Amino acid sequence: MLFDFDSMRTVTQVFVFLLAGLSLATVIGWALSLANKEKDYTELKQRINSWWIMIGIFGLALLMGPLVTVMLFAMLSFIALKEYFSMTPTRLVDRKVLFWAYLTIPLQYYWIATGWYGMFIIFIPVYAFLFIPFRMVLAGETKNYLRAVGNIHWGLMLTVFTLSHLAYLVMLPSEGEYQSLTMSGDGAALLLYLVMLTQLNDVAQYVWGKILGTTPIAPTISPNKTREGLIGGVITTGVLAMILAGLLTPMIWWQGLLVGLGIGIAGFIGDVSLSAIKRDIGIKDSGQLIPGHGGILDRLDSLTFTAPLFFHVMRYFYF
Amino acid sequence: MKYINLALRCLFFAVIIKPIVKIVIGLRYQNTPILPKDGPAILIANHNSHLDTMVLISLLPLNILHKVQPVAAADYFLKNKFLAWFALNIIGILPIERQGKDKSVNPIEQCAKALDSGKILIFFPEGSRGEPEKMTDLKYGVVKLAERCPKVPLYPIYMHGLGKTLPKGDALFVPFFCDVVFSEPLSYEAQGDGFYETVKARFVGMQESVKLPKWD
Repeated sequence: MLFDFDSMRTVTQVFVFLLAGLSLATVIGWALSLANKEKDYTELKQRINSWWIMIGIFGLALLMGPLVTVMLFAMLSFIALKEYFSMTPTRLVDRKVLFWAYLTIPLQYYWIATGWYGMFIIFIPVYAFLFIPFRMVLAGETKNYLRAVGNIHWGLMLTVFTLSHLAYLVMLPSEGEYQSLTMSGDGAALLLYLVMLTQLNDVAQYVWGKILGTTPIAPTISPNKTREGLIGGVITTGVLAMILAGLLTPMIWWQGLLVGLGIGIAGFIGDVSLSAIKRDIGIKDSGQLIPGHGGILDRLDSLTFTAPLFFHVMRYFYF
Repeated sequence: MKYINLALRCLFFAVIIKPIVKIVIGLRYQNTPILPKDGPAILIANHNSHLDTMVLISLLPLNILHKVQPVAAADYFLKNKFLAWFALNIIGILPIERQGKDKSVNPIEQCAKALDSGKILIFFPEGSRGEPEKMTDLKYGVVKLAERCPKVPLYPIYMHGLGKTLPKGDALFVPFFCDVVFSEPLSYEAQGDGFYETVKARFVGMQESVKLPKWD
């Protein structure tokens, strides 16, 4: 069934709020560029426009049900892995191995779509982990072997394993029910909760850093990140998480607050660890797929850390 | 028959090649695209993969597809009947005899004739594809052609990544992003004697602007 607004009432309501907030941001962007003609607001406008598209795609996928959402995240994993392999050093002899690495994506998302939790949770860390070096020794090249095998493992964990937890969230059942592929249950609300808070946390840390930031927190990795930005962002996210907990999750207010603070900190670590990779390679953005934001990994970096943590907290306590 | 082939060509690029190039491979423009709106014009690019031609054709809009002709070696692409039909009608190549094979036809004249009739040629100054992701020295064919048609603009384009996606001598397709760098058009009339050096310097500059890794 397409567009099942009834079982998705809260999700739809939260989306309406999000779109209202985005409209406000768009209007502010327009007003700023009208009032202040000398300054260039192109990047801000590009960012806001990209938010419209990203929220639009995400919202439509959620409303169209778990199967579409799972397919969307499979596509995101593919683009993210391609971006990762395009920016890190890979060896010509490993072309076949890289091909196998891409093949893990349809398999991993197939386990999710069929609700096979046991396979979903061990496929990349166990089977892919063992298969990749096996396939690499068949090629017989030992020069840079360790770097190459580590590189591929890191890429798979980062772009396939961690991001696929987002897709598994949507498959979590409503209480006492089996999850179907066409009707969204509580999982859709959890997914919205996590993605929204992680992204708002990025924005909040950036804004607090701009307003109050003075003390760099990781000067060698990300000079623009400040302690004030981090603290302001984490508190903002915690408060929002507390308010939204009753609406979108089975948690009560103080549990929501704790989870929100956790999302804020984990999101920061995810962001900084991708920055470290980019700095190591010597590039600024992982790509330019999303105008004003950079590549897809630049947008998903915080989620690679928050997704598995949030998923396991939810699964351990509530499902 | 001519129109059926042209329709097949449009369909092939619209339904198969463009989706593969734009979704499975993915193009990343490093700067604002600088491309010809109409012929005559020549696109000159580095050559690492069969996909180079596909990407260059995909960069241009479908409404000028009928004017686009990749310059390609007759002995390689006209090997058998099916490949010849496919290369001539679907890819739309301009087959030339490589130098030394047949002295009676001059490949530069063949290209010049196509340009006179308003075509957009795709020309790889390096000649054949060579080692994956390495640029070899430019041959003088590009200078001879530019000298013969001094007014025709040449658009230098640098592509990074296709030698990783589908290198020479390998049939396995492994997707990597393709980064494309554009450069202001050149012409022999404007550049004169320093033409060869200018083209070379442009490619060196474009190559250095891409900071992504080649094969390890």
